[in-house]
Amino acid sequence: MDNKELMLTNKAIARGAFEAGVRVLSAYPGTPSTEIAENFAKISGAHAEWAPNEKVALEVGIGAAVAGARAMVCMKHVGLNVAADPLFTSAYSGINAGLVIVVADDPGMHSSQNEQDSRFYARSAHVLMLEPSNAQEAKDFVKLAFELSEKYDTPVILRTTTRVAHSQSIVSLDEPEDVRLRPYEKAPSKYVMSPANAIVRHRVVEERDCILSDVVNTLPINRAEYSRRPARMGVICSGIVYEYVKEALPDVSIYKIGTVYPLPIKEIQRFAQKVFQLYVFEELEPYIEDTLKAAGVKCTGKELFSVQGELSVAKIKEVFDKTPRPVPEKVPARPPIMCAGCPHRGVFYVLNKLKLTVNGDIGCYTLGAQAPLSATDSVICMGASIGMAHGFKKATGGVSNNIAVIGDSTFIHSGITGLINAVYNQSGITVIILDNSTTGMTGHQDHPATGKDIKGKPAPSIDLAELCKACGAASVDIVDSYDLKQLEAVIKKDCASTDVNVIIAKRPCVMLDKTPKASCSILGCKNCGKCLKLGCPALVKTDAGVKVDKTLCVNCGLCSKVCPFGAIKEAN
Amino acid sequence: MNILITGVGGQGTVLTSKVLGRYAILSGKDCKLSEVHGMSQRGGSVTTHVRIGDKVHSPVIWEGGADMIIAFEILEAARTKHFLKKGGILLVNDTKILPMPCISGGAEYPEGLKEKMLEEVNNSYFIPAQNIAEEVGNSKSSNVVMLGALCRLFDFDKQVMIQSIKDCVPAKFLDVNLKAFEAGYERVI
Repeated sequence: MDNKELMLTNKAIARGAFEAGVRVLSAYPGTPSTEIAENFAKISGAHAEWAPNEKVALEVGIGAAVAGARAMVCMKHVGLNVAADPLFTSAYSGINAGLVIVVADDPGMHSSQNEQDSRFYARSAHVLMLEPSNAQEAKDFVKLAFELSEKYDTPVILRTTTRVAHSQSIVSLDEPEDVRLRPYEKAPSKYVMSPANAIVRHRVVEERDCILSDVVNTLPINRAEYSRRPARMGVICSGIVYEYVKEALPDVSIYKIGTVYPLPIKEIQRFAQKVFQLYVFEELEPYIEDTLKAAGVKCTGKELFSVQGELSVAKIKEVFDKTPRPVPEKVPARPPIMCAGCPHRGVFYVLNKLKLTVNGDIGCYTLGAQAPLSATDSVICMGASIGMAHGFKKATGGVSNNIAVIGDSTFIHSGITGLINAVYNQSGITVIILDNSTTGMTGHQDHPATGKDIKGKPAPSIDLAELCKACGAASVDIVDSYDLKQLEAVIKKDCASTDVNVIIAKRPCVMLDKTPKASCSILGCKNCGKCLKLGCPALVKTDAGVKVDKTLCVNCGLCSKVCPFGAIKEAN
Repeated sequence: MNILITGVGGQGTVLTSKVLGRYAILSGKDCKLSEVHGMSQRGGSVTTHVRIGDKVHSPVIWEGGADMIIAFEILEAARTKHFLKKGGILLVNDTKILPMPCISGGAEYPEGLKEKMLEEVNNSYFIPAQNIAEEVGNSKSSNVVMLGALCRLFDFDKQVMIQSIKDCVPAKFLDVNLKAFEAGYERVI
């Protein structure tokens, strides 16, 4: 088993990119897609990078592919919204060398703000989309995607879902292909998408769609698996759902879809004729079902399963074997929490104390909405904090007591334009940038303001304070995130001002520094509960007073600052 | 064989599933693991799935489908015990970690969970893995204490399991982890 490895699917995708001779990979971190770029940077000597956002990443990928290099771009489902602009038009221009876009959907929202279904992007952009079921297929599909991309001069999307992306299965390793750089030839009619050229290219897109709609019927990744028993029930499925069906209903006939766009309609019609009752099992929207019904294929799908959440072996068995699903015991939830010593905690404590309306953003600090901090009022998407705060101010004639809170990586991703808008259109908002010098939630990736690149090598570091000043912020104050007094003073000052002001609450993520720490101590606790309002996991309430969990405490000292009786002491 | 591993972020569920995955590979079996990254790492519930067999399809274990649950905390055992098959084994680290709603006063940590599980599940074992780990010198190795217990209860090949630990644990933590493994193996019965 020398060349076989138990491998995370995301790593298998990176391995596939390596074996396919990818020369440029660009990505923005997003669960469950992050490990693709991380692993590619480790496996391959080729260029890999964290882009500031998914739109830039895709533009980098298009540029590299047009220049003649195989390129890969990776993102989570909501990242494809950001990258949608270049996606649609790159389908017109086509590519030169292969371009594969990996997008990871998150049914069940393990780590996302919505459950959108990326398959519709493939259909509306008219871009071929492949969907693997496991790590081996993921690696194989990546290589096939590059072949198809080059053969049909189109970007190709590889779609995964959380259970595929974050599962490990056995993968056979192959040698990397020797893929040369293709020559770039100037072709403005192809790459300059002005209306006159784009009108011509739109025809090319339509012709390619017709060709691919035929071709997919001949691809072996679309296949029927007929039951040895008399075929009565047939199930159409793709991705992780295929693995669930094999487990739950081993005796049914299956049509396994590898190309979710275009669907192999002719082959599915053939399959439909050979079974008595046809079902479509799919997570999220009735994408396959609706397409098949529009093509005149009779099938049953979403009547049986919800558009919400994930499918599972148990859900399928419940419907078809009448096996009741065991009921979980009702116990208190254990939601994720800010770590002990998290630099975000003090900021939200102050915001809650000042009773401000907090327009929040995407990151660990989304947890500022949870009890007992309960500070955050809104979280929509990457960068929305600043735009929403501006909208709040404009809606209320400037009197709303609201503030925008955004992380450093998210600010670079899509907060800068919001800040420019607030300055230009003069709403007088205050923006707090929680600068923990990393992309925390996705597992500590570097970004343009950390001074390191994806391989950990030194890189130029954007100065956030200077950037905000250049955007027109009237004042930029840099405050230590642990300094509650100064935080409160600066927030009060800025909120009273009619200018656009920025506060950079600065301190590295506590998880970046793993050296052992001293811990706080408590003597003479009166059990008033004030420190518990910090929501620190290292503080445990007992009848005899609050105790410090020394295995968690990192001596940040916030609790000693809020204790009204001076009972908590920081270790020196 | 389906093993569900559950605990609180930071307790080592992911490492435990990695060791079991390595065990499957060394034994020449098919294996799939499933884990969820991101949000859940921040002190929330973390569940990983390990499936070992001649041919494995779903990487995810389903409700009523686990041959064994290894829980690193009592509340997490209660949260996931409906995944256990009839006759399955429930192996629990006999320790409580209060979730934030119980700390901030929004909920009470339920009383009598352990007693209820002992009564409901014939094959349930509560092991003071936390104490054993501290005795052998590293409070963070309770997950490997649990692996030792699992190895004994499930009759896994001890030498192959030890090799799997060696393959997955960084060299400087190996000694203390092997001690933790032995202690778990010896103390479970």
